[in-house]
Amino acid sequence: MPTIAQIEAWLDQILEVEFSFRNTAEAVRQISRLAEQDQHYVISWVRRVASTNVELGYQYALHVHHALVLMERESVEAWALHAMDTYDRSGLRPALQVIWEVDDFIRINRERAIGCVLQEHERVLTGFLRGLSGRKLKIQSAEQIYTDTETLFLPPLLAILPSPEQNFLLYKVMITALWAQTRFGTFRTNLGETLATHPNPQRILALFQCMENLRLEAIIARELPGLYRQLDELRSALGEPPLPEIWEPFRQRVSQRDCSARDVLMQVCVMPESVQPYNAFAYQGVLLLDQVDARITARLEREKALFRIKLKMLEEELREQSGNQSEKRTDGSRFGKREIRPEERPEELQVEILLHDKPLPLPDDIKELITSITLDLGEIPDDYLQPAGPGEYDPALLQQDNALDQDVWQGSYHEEGAFLYQEWDFRRQHYRKDWCAAREKSVEPVYDGFAEQTLEKYSGLVKQLRRTFEAMRDENRLLKRQTQGDSVDLDALVEALADARDGREMTDQLFARQHRSERNIAVLFMVDMSGSTKGWINTAEKESLVLLCEALETLGDRYAIYGFSSISRKRCELYHVKHFCEHYDNEVRARISGIRPHDYTRMGFAIRHLSGVLTEVDARTRVLITLSDGKPDDYDGYRGEYGIEDTRRALIEARRRGIHPYCITIDEQARDYLPQLYGPAAYTLVDEVAALPLKVSDIYRRLTT
Amino acid sequence: MFQQRPIGGVFVQPKSVNLNEYRVVDEPFYQASGDEVGVFDSCYRNGLPVLLKGPTGCGKTRFMEYMAWRLGRPLVTVSCHDDLTASDLVGRYLIKGGETTWIDGPLTQAVRSGGICYLDEIVEARKDTMVVIHPLADDRRVLPIEKLGTLIEAPPEFCLAISYNPGYQSVLKDLKQSTRQRFVALEFDYPKPDLEAAIVARESGLDRTTTELLVRFAGMTRNLKGSGLEEGASTRLLVHAAKLIAAGVTPVSACRSAIAQALTDDHEMLTAVNELSSSIF
Ligand SMILES: Nc1ncnc2c1ncn2[C@@H]1O[C@H](COP(=O)(O)OP(=O)(O)O)[C@@H](O)[C@H]1O
Ligand SMILES: [Mg+2]
Repeated sequence: MPTIAQIEAWLDQILEVEFSFRNTAEAVRQISRLAEQDQHYVISWVRRVASTNVELGYQYALHVHHALVLMERESVEAWALHAMDTYDRSGLRPALQVIWEVDDFIRINRERAIGCVLQEHERVLTGFLRGLSGRKLKIQSAEQIYTDTETLFLPPLLAILPSPEQNFLLYKVMITALWAQTRFGTFRTNLGETLATHPNPQRILALFQCMENLRLEAIIARELPGLYRQLDELRSALGEPPLPEIWEPFRQRVSQRDCSARDVLMQVCVMPESVQPYNAFAYQGVLLLDQVDARITARLEREKALFRIKLKMLEEELREQSGNQSEKRTDGSRFGKREIRPEERPEELQVEILLHDKPLPLPDDIKELITSITLDLGEIPDDYLQPAGPGEYDPALLQQDNALDQDVWQGSYHEEGAFLYQEWDFRRQHYRKDWCAAREKSVEPVYDGFAEQTLEKYSGLVKQLRRTFEAMRDENRLLKRQTQGDSVDLDALVEALADARDGREMTDQLFARQHRSERNIAVLFMVDMSGSTKGWINTAEKESLVLLCEALETLGDRYAIYGFSSISRKRCELYHVKHFCEHYDNEVRARISGIRPHDYTRMGFAIRHLSGVLTEVDARTRVLITLSDGKPDDYDGYRGEYGIEDTRRALIEARRRGIHPYCITIDEQARDYLPQLYGPAAYTLVDEVAALPLKVSDIYRRLTT
Repeated sequence: MFQQRPIGGVFVQPKSVNLNEYRVVDEPFYQASGDEVGVFDSCYRNGLPVLLKGPTGCGKTRFMEYMAWRLGRPLVTVSCHDDLTASDLVGRYLIKGGETTWIDGPLTQAVRSGGICYLDEIVEARKDTMVVIHPLADDRRVLPIEKLGTLIEAPPEFCLAISYNPGYQSVLKDLKQSTRQRFVALEFDYPKPDLEAAIVARESGLDRTTTELLVRFAGMTRNLKGSGLEEGASTRLLVHAAKLIAAGVTPVSACRSAIAQALTDDHEMLTAVNELSSSIF
């Protein structure tokens, strides 16, 4: 058992008492009262918390014994991690709050235990929502429950009901109710105008919400009977009062199949004064008309343009396909439409697009547009069927979403629009969430004939490389002694005939067969563009890339090249040189030439991001090859053990995703940690350009045999 | 080309074929969606090869069975996979009782006997298969058999049909223009809801009310294509689920095992799909 003096010495050292004059006496007293294994546990956690911030560690030391009384160890750890996460995200003050308010943490935790956290179920709920049909909606957390017709806004946590399952169900019902508004025409009314001219707009709005809700419930009951049953169960679990008697006849009226939101509004306007709005049900949202109008206005214009441009493209495509046949029709294409509204389910409008009176098979993106447009307008208006003329629309209008991204990364480096990646903090023994903000840029091409000069400089090597790589192309192996095959295996046949003559049984394994191992590899080169590559390493990287591209082209495999560099976690950059789908053309060559040393070497985010890029390629074998001078290093503490440990983690994550990482280090001396990062077989040291492409061919060979 | 033949007194006898076992005797149930039957008839009469485009499980194979029955020709179906080579289609030597014999592959059999050859999911096959398909698919209508050093001319009754699922958009698995342009394309999709419900009811014996709900559920999974699922539920999967329900399994668990599990292994998507089915039933 450690003595009090020992505990004090540890704490003083961890909490830097010598420089900060913190008084550790109280903490020491409390810790010394704990059982021995608790003492060691607490000290190690004080160290972990203090690695984030010393003051936070100090406060942790003061409060942890209280937490240990109140909570299981697991929760105590969650509490400490939550404090550190809060520190990462919002700074010291809020983090200290977490430490001080243990009770709050416990309450929130309890809520979490019975409640349902939106973020944790977002994928499932979004999947559910997208399955329901209609426009592709998104989910986002907010204080109020409502929709702007493109996003559903929901509370971040529901802990109203006693179990997580029931609270999840409540989300599901909320989502369905909001979806139904967008899907069944709640916003296809002139509610806004009615409110503007009515003497008592509040009352009209409240009545409309009540009545429209009843209409949608009736539709849900018809369309999603299973869900309606769940809704009913929830309502009684919540102890909601039944619908007031006076509303019953209205409910029946709006439950008619052919009742539309417009009918609802009309009825609301003539509602007798005696009818009062009922209290909204727990799942019911509010109508925020301003939000809705803003969205619809922007969307109408954009989608009309998009639709007409896509018709234009469709027209061109069809003309191309049918070749000369359609050239006779110089009058241009006449698009028409046929709207089918099944009697049984009037909400289910089907629109066919006709060309010369024949229905056209439509690509998915046009189908989606039709859906979205008919949800807003109830039809495809005739003027939409006129294909767009050349230059009729400003392309900016169409790229609205992209344009947003563009702004973000041309502007300052706030995190919006960036890819956020976690990072491993070895002292904390935990990930820092959303720690790095990464962005993709492109290398500015430099047309200076660099590639040509390189090829000339290494002309001998290029020939050799081509031969090496060509030999790997379509590796054919002859499989002998097969039961069937393309040619006779002479050796086997001779033996077999001899056997037969001697009266032994003759084998039927007499054939040879060509086995083509079709390689299906995608390789991504991750090129260090940090400042430390300045000088010969940068040149070596670029020359190697030129030689590699030259060699890889002969193979016909897919490959991509990205550079990476960073200054602090907020400015992590990936530089695109060649995408997988791009050809090795002049522009790519010029981009290789444009590779310049930039800032620092944060490896983790680059590995994580590029692993993502790789997993999106359809290939059997995915390879990530890092070309670097091998020093993980960034100025906000990403160096030494921290950088190496995060890089190691990122590589483990990549391997779990089925990626084979390799590292080729361009340097004069080996780094002792590289085998630890990549495994002894997966890294090599190269000190001259000539050797590098050959190393890559080694990697290839190892992967394919 | 073929010097091995006389070695050791082994002789080769091209085998004549009888494809009676490939005849479609009873009329298959096929519910047409448009004029595909008429178009195929005309192609057949004019010796044009046909390309059936469409997602898996939407009735392409059934359509071919129906057409074979209608035209009274044997149907040879080959499901292509990534190890399928030209030899697998054309034929190869086998040893039987100490003799080397040439065995016709399915394509050759179909050509010789004037049958219909249906190559399902053609893009899955190895690229060398195109070498034998192309000359059959243009106006030469011949099948080169390199190993025998011969060319077989296809009789007028022979018909080549291939299928292709444009849904998997991958560079590796795309149909080349040079292939595509030799065929008359017929586009298939899942049938319209009422037709699909009728098909599922007929195939499974399940009542119309439940099959309509199943079709609606299928529509939901099809909405998820591109939002977490690669493909939505096919008519085939609906028939499977319907058979389970007809046998007494509850709709929600039938949808889970026959449809959701077939569509994805992603745990969260599975949950989402199950939530959808429990909303309907
Ligand atoms: N139009 C149709 N008429 C009759 N049955 C159909 C039809 N479409 C689909 N089916 C049913 O779906 C199943 C799968 O269809 P299939 O023809 O095997 O699909 P594909 O060949 O397109 O993958 C069939 O066995 C049949 O039960
Ligand atoms: Mg099939």
